[in-house]
Amino acid sequence: MIALPPSFDANLAIDIVLLVMLLVVAGAIVRTRNLLAAIILFGIYSLVSAVWLVVMDAPDVAFTEAVVGAGISTIVLLGAILLTRGEAEKTDWRRLAAPALLCVAVGGLLVYAAMGLPALGDAASPANAHVGRAYLEATPRDIGIPNMVTAVLASYRGFDTLGETAVIFAAGIGVALMLGFGPRASLAPPPAVIGDHHVVLRVSAKFLIPLIALFAFYVQFHGDLGAGGGFQAGVIMAAAIILHALVFGLRETMAAVPPRVARGAASFGVLLYAGVGVACMVNGGGFLDYDFLFPPAIEKQIPGWLLGDPDHAHHWGQHFGIMLIELGVLLTVAATMVTIFYGFAGRTVDAARQEAKR
Amino acid sequence: MGDVLSWAGGGLVIVGVALSVLGAVGVLRFPDFYTRIHAASITDTGGASLVLLGLCLIAGLSLVTLKLVFVWVFVMLTTPVAANALANAAFSSGHKPRIGAFQIVRTDERRKTPRGTDQP
Repeated sequence: MIALPPSFDANLAIDIVLLVMLLVVAGAIVRTRNLLAAIILFGIYSLVSAVWLVVMDAPDVAFTEAVVGAGISTIVLLGAILLTRGEAEKTDWRRLAAPALLCVAVGGLLVYAAMGLPALGDAASPANAHVGRAYLEATPRDIGIPNMVTAVLASYRGFDTLGETAVIFAAGIGVALMLGFGPRASLAPPPAVIGDHHVVLRVSAKFLIPLIALFAFYVQFHGDLGAGGGFQAGVIMAAAIILHALVFGLRETMAAVPPRVARGAASFGVLLYAGVGVACMVNGGGFLDYDFLFPPAIEKQIPGWLLGDPDHAHHWGQHFGIMLIELGVLLTVAATMVTIFYGFAGRTVDAARQEAKR
Repeated sequence: MGDVLSWAGGGLVIVGVALSVLGAVGVLRFPDFYTRIHAASITDTGGASLVLLGLCLIAGLSLVTLKLVFVWVFVMLTTPVAANALANAAFSSGHKPRIGAFQIVRTDERRKTPRGTDQP
């Protein structure tokens, strides 16, 4: 029987196990030459980091890490690997010396800087004492939603989030400019195969895809109350569409969600977000100041019993403003991811067609 | 009563984790691709089911239980299908099992060659 140290801490043990797993997976990623294995390992790395973030009490970040790192980026990388070879070239160690030194130097600097960080959960640290504390204290009064992460993200720092949404949109435009919006020629119907090998996959995917889409909406509209929001929901929605493409073929998906619609939805999302901000300005507030979302004429029409306690300020503007901008984020993220996927998949189809012509 | 339930739940969680570890050992030790998938998928589904059932017992009847049931349904739907898709892909690309005298006959060629003959 091993005598546990008196201060045995289950959280600490889980932290250590997860961090060791991260280290091992990172080592495996560096060592493997098989790019497919590296992509799968990247997914595992993201999943383990997500678990670790949950242990660190950051469910919103963990959620994003899980859906973006383990979900969508794995799929996009798999789309990219179809355009290249599956094996990495063996590189001479002398060519690797300078980058390795740089990595070690930067890593050492980061470790050195980490020593100056305040302790986890330190109430006196700048992050918890100044602006973070102000947000925590003011959110129930100003915004009135339980999830403070969403309050900070969508309302206090709404302008930053608009910037992030625009960055995602710009990334989609960049990929589309390089790879195109999809296959050049129209896709032929798949050849009829005797004996469908994938009947199990098809039937269960048909059952799962609506459920995944439904879960995306749950995450979207639950963002005010718990972990979740437009970014995560958008990625989950894109995953449902991409799963459809992987199982039923690109042709069927492009008939259901045409690339033109995806493009339009991506730009409409940013427009909706910015439009909410402009609407607030028109009604006399600042940009994205949701308290001014409804003009006073409409505000008077809301029946009193819906507003609840007349002594407390109601937060209808905040609720509806956050809902609208999260909807914009959902549209932009989901449509951009689908556009990027169409770009990669279209390139692969075009390359296969050129190969067949030769 | 609640105490008994949490002890039973904890026991189920431990059994489920043990099953998953056994599956991991199987993936490492089994000789070829199909037996490895077999080890991974069955223990994964069974182990996850036991862990989720145990967590349900620990959580008691609440919204958390419902969410755990949803997760269980999702696991039961996806893990076997993923294993099936993997084995299917391996089989279609002509990956042969190492154990047993096994002739791969593709579904679309089955009419031409009766089962059991050595003609490819």
